[in-house]
Amino acid sequence: MAKTQVSKKAGAKPASKKMPPPAAQKAAGKSAVKAKAVIAPTKLTLPKQIQLNMLDLMIKSRVLEERLIKVYKAGDSYFWIGAPGEEAFGVPLGLLVHKGQGVEYDYLHLHYRGTPTLVAMGMTMEDSLRLMMNRSTDPSTGGRNFCNHYCFPKWNVVPVTSPIEVQYGQAVGTALAQRRHKSKGISIVTGGDAGTAEGDFAGALVWSTRPGMELPMLITVQNNRMGISTSYETQHGEKHIADRGKAFGMRTTVVNGNDPIETYLAIQTEMEYIRRTGKPVLAEFEVSRLYGHSSADGANRRDGVCPIQDFEKHCVDQKFIKSSEIKQLWEDYDVQSRAAADLVRQEPVPTRESIWDHVYANNENADWRKF
Amino acid sequence: MASMAQAIRMALHVGESKLGVTEIFGEDVGAPLGGAFTVTQGLKTAWNSPLDERGIISTAIGLGLAGERCVAEIQFADYIFNTVDLLKIAGNTLWCSNGQYPMPIVVMTPNGAGIRGSIYHSHSFDSWATRLAGWKVVCPSTPLDAYGLMISAIKDPNPVLFLMPKALMRVRGEELIPGEPEDEKTLKAMIDAPIGDRSKWKAKWPELGEYEVAIGEAKITRSGDAATIVSFGRTMPLCNRVADMLREESGTEVEVIDLRSLYPYDWQTVKKSIQKTGRVLFVNEDTEVTNFGEHLSQRAVNELFYELMARPRVLAGKQLPGIGLHPNLEEASVPHLEDILHEARELLAEVP
Ligand SMILES: Cc1ncc(C[n+]2csc(CCOP(=O)(O)OP(=O)(O)O)c2C)c(N)n1
Repeated sequence: MAKTQVSKKAGAKPASKKMPPPAAQKAAGKSAVKAKAVIAPTKLTLPKQIQLNMLDLMIKSRVLEERLIKVYKAGDSYFWIGAPGEEAFGVPLGLLVHKGQGVEYDYLHLHYRGTPTLVAMGMTMEDSLRLMMNRSTDPSTGGRNFCNHYCFPKWNVVPVTSPIEVQYGQAVGTALAQRRHKSKGISIVTGGDAGTAEGDFAGALVWSTRPGMELPMLITVQNNRMGISTSYETQHGEKHIADRGKAFGMRTTVVNGNDPIETYLAIQTEMEYIRRTGKPVLAEFEVSRLYGHSSADGANRRDGVCPIQDFEKHCVDQKFIKSSEIKQLWEDYDVQSRAAADLVRQEPVPTRESIWDHVYANNENADWRKF
Repeated sequence: MASMAQAIRMALHVGESKLGVTEIFGEDVGAPLGGAFTVTQGLKTAWNSPLDERGIISTAIGLGLAGERCVAEIQFADYIFNTVDLLKIAGNTLWCSNGQYPMPIVVMTPNGAGIRGSIYHSHSFDSWATRLAGWKVVCPSTPLDAYGLMISAIKDPNPVLFLMPKALMRVRGEELIPGEPEDEKTLKAMIDAPIGDRSKWKAKWPELGEYEVAIGEAKITRSGDAATIVSFGRTMPLCNRVADMLREESGTEVEVIDLRSLYPYDWQTVKKSIQKTGRVLFVNEDTEVTNFGEHLSQRAVNELFYELMARPRVLAGKQLPGIGLHPNLEEASVPHLEDILHEARELLAEVP
């Protein structure tokens, strides 16, 4: 289970004592390839319906990502980056987020591996594909940005941007607004392990723990133990990234992000704590990276623990679902994703004249030729 | 008359009391100091941030995403450089989100030389700033304009970079801000924090009136038809003096334009003046290679080539890695009165 730690200075207690003792602690810190596939041995549990819903969404997200890769490989897009291997983290997050628009709801400052979270929040395959195929119908960017660079104001999903780690500092701003408005909304930020070397990550720890001005932030790291090609071991002396939070007196936790049940419970617990206390949490999730970094390194299937395979086995063992039904899910989503891609392929693309749209608000002219 | 620092402070007061500004923050911006240049003294929403420029800009962006109005300060423009990628993000958020997330933030920072600030308190950021598409960039040269531009910046739904010429921060204006008490001492007693213990001090704000300077509107500060000088910020009063000197000396009437906004800029006013005079000099203190003045000069050549009587000139800071502390070094590095006068004379003397 999640290893939750609270420094004495913070004086806070773990929000939930009901959770059983750590089952897979030892494995923490090993490479994702060697990471444990831990679901069965823990006593952690969730209602069957939530588990089946998670399984369904994890499969949907994977099929969608694999469709995005196929679209890329067919030459229908220029770049792919995404989250196959992170479904056991992203789906629970998407289910638990208090979604809506404005400071009363949670803000999501995602990096470029947000598909599972968005699928769980209700994004359609079409909308993901519209971004992938840079259509003018793309609701996130109108065909302006890479895939997985989502933006959905109706759910407080603020624009994903490519520069690593900048989302951590921005989450401070939305959290500050939430604090000022005394809202129950929190600001959630996601990112990779390598990026935590950037000063913006350290900055978020400082800014979220200013004495008397603590901020309601769920600061997460998805540790797949790789940057693009540089391994965690060669660059990081700290055992857990989460440990860095301890110096700031903040609550920290390390979670097996390949286990959707453990992850769901951990996120639920931490969110509860943040909403109750208004204080930040630094949560590290150990995850897999199953298709490499992006299309830049091929987007081919690699070794590694597949959180979906493990979870399927668990659900079958528990007699929640039959293998044949799972197979059907994969097939149905595959058909759905193919149809979505075929549909989106027919949709219009941005026009050349549209480059000047939205440089300034209300389309005020920003072209100096017309000043 | 108010100094520029006092004028901006009064505009920020209007911002937080009438225009919905909820956060004014930066290094040493809150009590007791109220900003390195005292611009934020006595403001109720002003607070001290960690010493982290990237954090300041990121937080401003986050506040903007949440629809809050904020004014963030970078203590000196010299220290804004490590935030450039974040400034780019602030400028592209609306565009990248295809119009969905506006970024209504104001960032203010003291800019340029003139206070014997040596290498790291003399930098200019104005030419760099004009490359930040999506931002509006303003730089006043008088307290009244500073007041009016700050009000406009706060109301603007786009990110606005408010460059405060360091050298002019304590210079008093010649025009009253609406509502400003006529007597300098009265104003000081009301809004300047006292020396010593400030823990119980509260500003007494005058009843300030509406006054806006529209972003993108230049101002003609001297009229004439012999030549045009276009400038902004610290070099602006120097350009005015040059025009006055030339008038006294030989009756030559030089038109001087205070650009006030660098982007969007008031090309129509500049163009009309050049069409009248046929001669133009652009003056600013950022370094000279790929300088903003070069863009204006290039535009003048492209659009007005056959109306020019002399080649357009750009007078800017030397392409040096820093501005040395000794006055000899500083004066040789960025435009001063003599340099502007010299360039203006050359411009006027050129025979086509
Ligand atoms: C500031 C910045 N530097 C470099 C890059 C190029 N880049 C993109 S992803 C990446 C690796 C990020 O690794 P990590 O933070 O572990 O996240 P992961 O991709 O593994 O999820 C790099 C170097 C970038 N996008 N932004």
